Amino acid sequence: MRRRSIAWIALAAVAAALTACGGSGSSATAGSDPITVYSGQHEQTMATLVADFKKRTGIDVKLRSSDEASLANQVLREGSASPADVFVAENPPALTVLERKGLFAPVDAATLSKTPSRLNAPKKDWVAASARSAVLAYNTEKLRPAELPGKLQDLAKPAWRGKIGFAPTETDFQPLITAVRALHGAGAAQSWLQGLKSNGKVYDDNEALIAAVNRGEIAAGLIDHYYWYRLRDEVGASKVHSALHYFDAGDAGALVDVSGAAALKSSTHPREAQRFLSYLVSKPAQEIIATSESYEYPLGSGVQTKRDLKPFDQLKPPAISVEQLGDGRDALRALQDVGLI
Amino acid sequence: MTSTALPALPRRRRRGRRAGAPRGLLIGGLVAAALSLVPIVFLALEARGVSASEAQRLLLRPRVGDLLANTVGLIVATTALCAVIGVGAAWCIERTNVPGRRVWMVLLVLPLAIPEFVSSFGWVSFFTSMRGFWGALLVTVVAYFPFVLLPTAAVLRGSDPALEETARSLGLSGWSTFWRVTAPQLRLPVLGGGLIIALHLLAEYGAFAQLRFPTLATEIYAQYQLGFDGASAAILALVLVALSLALLLAEVIARGRARYARVGSGTKRPRARLALGRRAPLVIAGLGLLTILSLGVPLAALVYWVAQGSSSTLPPTSLLTAVTTTLGLSLGAAVVTVALALPVALLSARHGGGASRLIERSTYVARALPGVVIGLALVSFSIRSASWLYQTTTLLVIAYAILFLPLALVAIRGPLAQIPPRMEDVARSLGLGGLRAFARTTLPLLRTGLGAGAALVFLSTVTELTGTLLLRPTGTETLATRFWTYASSLSYGAAAPYAAVMVAISALPAYLLIRRLDGAGS
Repeated sequence: MRRRSIAWIALAAVAAALTACGGSGSSATAGSDPITVYSGQHEQTMATLVADFKKRTGIDVKLRSSDEASLANQVLREGSASPADVFVAENPPALTVLERKGLFAPVDAATLSKTPSRLNAPKKDWVAASARSAVLAYNTEKLRPAELPGKLQDLAKPAWRGKIGFAPTETDFQPLITAVRALHGAGAAQSWLQGLKSNGKVYDDNEALIAAVNRGEIAAGLIDHYYWYRLRDEVGASKVHSALHYFDAGDAGALVDVSGAAALKSSTHPREAQRFLSYLVSKPAQEIIATSESYEYPLGSGVQTKRDLKPFDQLKPPAISVEQLGDGRDALRALQDVGLI
Repeated sequence: MTSTALPALPRRRRRGRRAGAPRGLLIGGLVAAALSLVPIVFLALEARGVSASEAQRLLLRPRVGDLLANTVGLIVATTALCAVIGVGAAWCIERTNVPGRRVWMVLLVLPLAIPEFVSSFGWVSFFTSMRGFWGALLVTVVAYFPFVLLPTAAVLRGSDPALEETARSLGLSGWSTFWRVTAPQLRLPVLGGGLIIALHLLAEYGAFAQLRFPTLATEIYAQYQLGFDGASAAILALVLVALSLALLLAEVIARGRARYARVGSGTKRPRARLALGRRAPLVIAGLGLLTILSLGVPLAALVYWVAQGSSSTLPPTSLLTAVTTTLGLSLGAAVVTVALALPVALLSARHGGGASRLIERSTYVARALPGVVIGLALVSFSIRSASWLYQTTTLLVIAYAILFLPLALVAIRGPLAQIPPRMEDVARSLGLGGLRAFARTTLPLLRTGLGAGAALVFLSTVTELTGTLLLRPTGTETLATRFWTYASSLSYGAAAPYAAVMVAISALPAYLLIRRLDGAGS
């Protein structure tokens, strides 16, 4: 008998726990309806932004953070039934894929006017909120500044055999392939990837790559600038054995990539969604980005980064439009053809 | 003399002896099978979006050949090594007088409590050259051998010593007794554990990504990550489905139609253990090395992170919420999964017709699919057919059940095979209804198996990440999702406490697994 009653108590406890979880997940709070934001961006920064947005507008936000590719795949499946009101990505391809499915609503003109128009969606249905620069991180004990390449394509030369690491499955890597394609053609992109494949070491993600560069496992790695700063925060400046190198002005390797946000067409709170977008590029939000531990460049309302980054106006990216970056499908095909994925 | 001449060893089953499964059991089994097949149906639907020429381009690349070779090669090597190490360790603990047998058991089962992404990160951060096939082999063997060790130890402890003593008295040497009497009894646990390991390996992503060992699963992730449309990922996932079907068929053939039940185990004498004598230090050294590799390295990595990282900001409230959420979900998943597995196990053990077999086999297939595939399939399914379920805790628990049903099933089917169905027949002949006869005879004897199944599901749910990220209600955070948040922004110091709590929580069911084992022996 005793054993049986214990089993029943356990069952009841489980049932109670389940209903408690279910309740907190699905119930709406009193007052204004919360909006749902799907974010592939740096979670800690996004959480700060969301809290500040609520303080300023009284609009509650349910934040769903994951990597941008999973979220984009999720929205693709949800379609017009998506519970999301706002989608925030890390790179343009994730936005472009959803844009081409016609899932986004136009962004208010006033919001778009806060950031440089060349960085926003050509179709005006997403707005750029922050930016990052492609860089070469190198181990300062293994390489001298004089040895560093001027052009991204130099890394395919035999001199770099065994010295270069890269993470082809990162969504950050795709735009680099697209940039080489756009500047030099598909053939050049193919042979660049081929050279990189025979010279380089493949890493799973940029986090693993920057750590490997810093401890000297590999001499250099292709990353976005902020990974190095985040690593410096984590290990402490005294344990940093690496530095950043920027590619030549106008080279594919000097690519500046933007993170953008969009309101979904299917949103049941379109006004609040637009308010969130307008907040993201407003001065207070951009100042949060300018000081945050995500180390991205703010883009809107004239705010400059407060961190020790290379000043944004000194970055000399190649002349590649957001439209040219596309949905990254050609880059994927190139990776498949070379056999990197 | 053949092994069939010994009492209670595998006997041929007379076909059709117990036809006609009760309707309730069939319905239960069908529900479990239908749930498990949902992801596969959606995969097939999605794969239709790929043109024949595109499918050909995707599948007939040299890269896919390499991936297949990697995947199959690793499965063969890891499963074989796990079987040898699992049986060896179980035998040393159960059948020799090695000192500290209970402690060894605890230490060797605990690796189940360590998430693969933690253990592989531990290996990679200590040994940067740990890459490729050999790295993957080492990490997966030390992570997965408990899947063989646990059920093998249970059978070794539950079996009657009279069998082996009789064999010895008839003149067989120690080795011959092991091969001809002990080994045949281990067929079910070793095959069951091996099947689970092989299916896990088909689906594993995180560890292989860290170790830079490309398999079909890592490729599927890359396709989702960069290709977005999912159709090409679906094509590759169907290759995994085909591989899992081959595995399932192979296991059925290897399992044969043997039966292992006896009527009344009688009163077992205490077993005489093999005195190790001078060999004891060798055995201790072996078990010690296994413990260091499987438990020491990942735990040391956790300590290292906390010590190294400067981002050790720990908001106690968020940790506490994550703990309660994780506990609730894992308990729910354990109960639901075992409840779904029980009718399936009963059908296949007691009513072994074609339909029962099909039901049982179909519940394994989903285990070969990476979490992202199952997660996205359930997103599609619930958005289209059950939108009220979408992003609810209920759907999340169902996803866990689909993912971990095979674990519960394997844990239940071993002990179930040792319970003679005649006891239930007798209870029925004495006037009890079907359900009550089951509840008063088989169910109490099955407690060990049910507990082991629940504990295994609990452990796996605590550490599940990809499916959880896709299917959780917005705002729900588990220990695994918190860990991921910090680890993916390089804040390892902040991530480590979540991993440590995950291991601590999982230690409890791991301990229960061993307690259950003790129960089986007494």
